Amino acid sequence: MESYQGIKDLWEEKRAFTARAYVAGGICLLLLVLLAARMADLQLLQHGYYSGRADDNRMRLIPVPPVRGLIYDRNGALLAQNMPSFELQIVPEQVDRLDDTLARLGQLVRLDPEDLTRFRERLHKTPRYRPVTLRSNLSADEVARFELNRYDFAGQGVEVNAGLVRAYPLGKQAAHLIGYVSGITDADYATLNESDYQGINQIGKVGIEKSHEDQLRGLPGTKVVEANAAGRPLRELDYKAGQPGRNLYLSIDARLQAVAEQALGPLDGAAVAIDPRNGEVLALVSKPGFDPGLFVEGIDSAGYHALLEDPDRPLYNRALLGTYPPGSTIKPFMALAGLIAGTLTPATRVFDPGYFQLPGNDRKYRCWRRQGHGWVDLDTAIAKSCDVYFYQAALNMGLERIDAVLGQFGYGRISGLDIPSERSGLLPTREWKRRIYRQAWFPGETINIGIGQGYLTVTPLQLAQAAARMAMRGAGFKPHLVHAVEDPATHRLVPVAPEPLPPVEARDPAVFEQVISAMQLVTMTQGGTAYSVFKSAPYSSAGKTGTAQVTGLRQDETYAPKLDTVQYQFRDHALFIAFAPVDQPQIAVAVVAEHAGHGGTSAAPVARALMDQYLLGKVLYNAPAVAPAAPPVEPEAPDTAPQAAPPDAADGAAAVPGAPPPADAGGNVPPQ
Amino acid sequence: MNSSVITAAPKPELSWSERLARWHFDLWLGLLLLAVSGLGLFVLYSASGQSLPTVISQAQRLAIGVAVMVVLAQAPPEFYRAAAPWFYGFALLLLLAVAALGQHAKGAQRWLDLGVMRFQPSELMKLATPIAVAAYLQSRHLPPSAGTLLVSLGLTLLPTALIAIQPDLGTALLVLTAGVLALFFGGLRWRWILLAAAGVAGAAPLLWMKLHDYQRNRLLTFLDPERDPLGAGYHITQSKIAIGSGGLFGKGWLMGTQAKLDFLPEAHTDFIFAVYGEELGLIGVVLLLALYTAIVGRCLLIALRGQDTFQRLLAGSLGLTFFIYVFINCGMVIGLVPVVGVPLPLVSYGGTSMVSLLAGFGMLMSIQTHRKLLAS
Repeated sequence: MESYQGIKDLWEEKRAFTARAYVAGGICLLLLVLLAARMADLQLLQHGYYSGRADDNRMRLIPVPPVRGLIYDRNGALLAQNMPSFELQIVPEQVDRLDDTLARLGQLVRLDPEDLTRFRERLHKTPRYRPVTLRSNLSADEVARFELNRYDFAGQGVEVNAGLVRAYPLGKQAAHLIGYVSGITDADYATLNESDYQGINQIGKVGIEKSHEDQLRGLPGTKVVEANAAGRPLRELDYKAGQPGRNLYLSIDARLQAVAEQALGPLDGAAVAIDPRNGEVLALVSKPGFDPGLFVEGIDSAGYHALLEDPDRPLYNRALLGTYPPGSTIKPFMALAGLIAGTLTPATRVFDPGYFQLPGNDRKYRCWRRQGHGWVDLDTAIAKSCDVYFYQAALNMGLERIDAVLGQFGYGRISGLDIPSERSGLLPTREWKRRIYRQAWFPGETINIGIGQGYLTVTPLQLAQAAARMAMRGAGFKPHLVHAVEDPATHRLVPVAPEPLPPVEARDPAVFEQVISAMQLVTMTQGGTAYSVFKSAPYSSAGKTGTAQVTGLRQDETYAPKLDTVQYQFRDHALFIAFAPVDQPQIAVAVVAEHAGHGGTSAAPVARALMDQYLLGKVLYNAPAVAPAAPPVEPEAPDTAPQAAPPDAADGAAAVPGAPPPADAGGNVPPQ
Repeated sequence: MNSSVITAAPKPELSWSERLARWHFDLWLGLLLLAVSGLGLFVLYSASGQSLPTVISQAQRLAIGVAVMVVLAQAPPEFYRAAAPWFYGFALLLLLAVAALGQHAKGAQRWLDLGVMRFQPSELMKLATPIAVAAYLQSRHLPPSAGTLLVSLGLTLLPTALIAIQPDLGTALLVLTAGVLALFFGGLRWRWILLAAAGVAGAAPLLWMKLHDYQRNRLLTFLDPERDPLGAGYHITQSKIAIGSGGLFGKGWLMGTQAKLDFLPEAHTDFIFAVYGEELGLIGVVLLLALYTAIVGRCLLIALRGQDTFQRLLAGSLGLTFFIYVFINCGMVIGLVPVVGVPLPLVSYGGTSMVSLLAGFGMLMSIQTHRKLLAS
C-alpha cells in the first residue's frame, strides 16, 4: 500500500471521481424520491386506512352488562334478586397452560373438584374468547390473596370480577315458576343476537326468567377505552349507557306459594290458584321442587343427572306439563254441557243401579258405589259424584257437544300463560282418533269421558282456569303471571291488562247457577265429598273432588283396592277444583296430588289452605301432612256407607286401563 | 513606489464559517448535524415514553460524539491515510476478540465489555474499512485492475464476514457498503459492477442457506408482512400503521398512540422514524429527509473538493454510507426494505453508532478544513 507502480493520472482520477460522484448523487436523489413517494403514499393516500388501523389498535369496546331486572310478587316481596359476588374467571384463549394456571390458582383460592369439573364442562360450552367462571362467591380473603399474586397471572386471562349473582329467596317453593338463569351455552348463542349479550354470561333458562328474558335482561352499554398493546385500559374515551333490565311484578302471592308448598307436604303434585276476575295466577306450585341456585352457580353434570333421573322428577313443572285424567272434576262441566245442549235439566233423574249399560250391549260401566245411588238428580249426581248419571249425560250429548263446551273452558288447548312450555292436554275428537289410531270412535269412549277418564287429559293449570271460568259464570281471562312491568330508571309501572276471553256460550245464564249450586253441595253440605275439609270455612265455596285412575284394575278386581295395599306408583291421583266466595269469586284453585288416592282427603285441604290464606289472610285450617286413607266424610253421614274406600276413590274404576287404551276395551269391564 | 500610496490592505473580514474552519470545524456540516441530532432528541423524548433519563443519556453520547468529531477533525487527512493499516489491523483484532470472547446480546455476539462501557468493535470497522480501501486505492493505479479489485474486496469482505457471523447483518451490510462505495468512487469499471450484481443474484440462494432463521423470517416477512401479522410481520405492520396514521401534519409531538401505547416495538431505537412520522406527519418527514439530503450533499461537495484520491474516496464513501444508513432505516420502517438492524443515524437511541458516525464526520471536517493551496 505504501507505493505503487506506474504513473497515476491524477487528473483522470479526479475526473473519474467527479463523474462517479454525480452518478452516486443521482442515485441518492432517485432513492430519496422513492422514499418520499412511499411516505406520501402512506401518509396521504392511505392515511384514512391507517388511521382506522391505529384506532382499532388502541380503542377497545368494553361491554357494560346491564343489571338484570328484579322479580317481585304482587305484594312487593322479592322472588329474584341480584347479590354482589366476586367471581374468578378465565378467558380460555388467553391461557397457555391451563393446568398449570389452575394449579397455581388452587393455592390462592379454594377450588373444589366440583368447581374444576364444572369449569371444564363450561369450557366446552363457551366460545374461547368469553370468560368462563371458575369460582363464584369468592371470600374477601380469597380476593385479597389473588390480588396480591396477580402479577403471577399477568397476560393469562385470569381475572377477578365483581359481579352480581342471581338469587331466589323462595328457593324450591317457586323454582318452576320463576325458573333460573344459567350460563349461556353455544346452543343459546345459536339463537340469540350476540350484541344483546355483550358482557352478559347468563341467560334465563326456565320459567319467568326465560319467558321474560328480553325484558329482564336490559341492554348492555359500551365503554370505549384506550388500551395499550397489552390490552390494559388506560383511559375512558366514550361511554354509552345501556339499559337496565325491567323489574317484573308478578301476580303471584309469595305467601300463597309457600302455603301451597307446605300444604302439599310430602306429596308430589301441583297446585294452581287463579284470580277469576282477571286471570292473574296467584300461586303456581309443582312438587317436588329443586334449588334454582344450583343452576345459577352452574350445576355439574353428575348433579344434573341426579335431578334428571330422580323418580319424582323434580325438574318437571307439573302445573303446566303434567297431564292427568280430570276424573270426577269434569262432572260439573259435563253437567253444564248437558244443560247448555238441552239434553239435561236440573230435574233430569237417572236411576243408578250401580252400573250402566249401553242399549244392546251387556258390558257394564260401573258406578264407584257398588250398590248404586238409586234415583239421582243433577244436584245429587254432583254432590255424590254419581258415575251412572254422567255416563247417561255423556251418551245423551254425544262427543261433539261435550267437546264444544269443554273446549270453551280451555280443555285441550294451550292456555297462553306467559311462561313457556305448557302442555295442551287432550280433548279427544273423532278426527283425532282416526288420525292417531286409524279407528272409529266408539260410544263407550264417550261414556268414559263423561266421568273424566279415557283419552281426556288436562293440566292443573287448565283445571284452575276452568274452575275460574265456572266461578265467573262463563266469563274469563287469559291466565297470566306478570302483573306489571317497572322501568327501574323512572320507576314507572306499566300494568299488564287482563285479556278477556270469549265467554262460554249459554243461552240461559241460569245454567251456571244450577251447576254452581250443585258444586256448593260438595263443600258446604253434609255428605258432600269435600264437606269435612271446608265445613268451618267462614266463606262460601263451590268445588268438586276427583280421582284419576293411574292404572286399570285387573279383570278379577271389582273395586278399587284400599289405598295402602297398592304400590305407590299405581295409586290414583287425587284432584280437587274449587272457587270462593261463590257469589263474588276471588280465587279459583286446582290441586293435583299424585298417587294420593282421593281428592277430598289430600287435594282439598291444600285448596282450603290457599283460600284461607288468600281470603282471610291466615291459615285457619291445618292441612294434614300426609293424607290419611281414612274416609273424609262425616261418619254420621246417612247416605254414605262408612266404607274403607273413600267415596270418590273408585269413581274412575270403570275407566279403561292405562293410556292409550285399546279402543274396543273402552269400559269393557266384566259384570259383577 | 510611494509608500504613502501603499495603504495597508484592509484585513479581510472573516466569515463565521472561515473562522470556524481555522478550528477545523465545518460550519454547514456542523449545523446540519446539530439540527438532525436536536430533532432526534425531541423525537426520542416522545418515543421513549417521555423518559428524560433516556434523552439525557443520548445527549451525553451526542456530546461525546461531537467531542470525538472535533478532535478527529484536527488531524490532517494524511494522518488517517498513514494510520490506515494500523487502524484497520486494530479493528480487525478487536473483531476477532469479540468472536472469541464477546458478550451475548439478543442472541448475537457483538459487544466487547471494556469495563467502562460496552463497545462494539464493528462500529470501528465502519470507519476502518473505507479508510483502508481508500488508502489502498490511493496507492494504486486507477481505475483498479483485477488485482487491486481483489485486494480491496478482501479488505472489505474480511470484516464484513466477521461481523456477519456475530451475527449483525445491518452493520455487516454498512461495512460492505462503505468498502464497495470506495471502490465505486475509485472508478471500478461498470462491467465489473454488472458482473458483481449478476454474481450476487446468483449467489443469493447460497446466501439464503447461510442465514439464521430469524434473518430468513425477516426477509420473508418483508416480502409479505401479513404472512405473520402477530409475529415477525408485526413490526412492519405496526410501523406502517404509525406512519400512515400520521397523515400530512402528524398527530403532534407526544400525541402518537402507536408508540405511547406500546403497539410499535423498538420505538426508540430502530423504529424511531415511525414515531417521527406519526407525530410530525409528512411535513416533518420531508423536513428530516431534506436535512439528511443536505448532509449527504455537503459530504459529496467536500469529496469533490478533496485534494487527493484518498480524501475523495473516503469522503465520498462516508457520505454515501450515511445516506445508505438513512435509506435502509426509513425504507425498512415503511416496508420498502427488509428489516435489518440499522438505526436511523443521529436519531435512534444507541451508543456506539452515534459516536462512530460523528467520528466519520470529524474526518470529513478534517478533509474540508485541511485544504492546502495547490496550483491549479
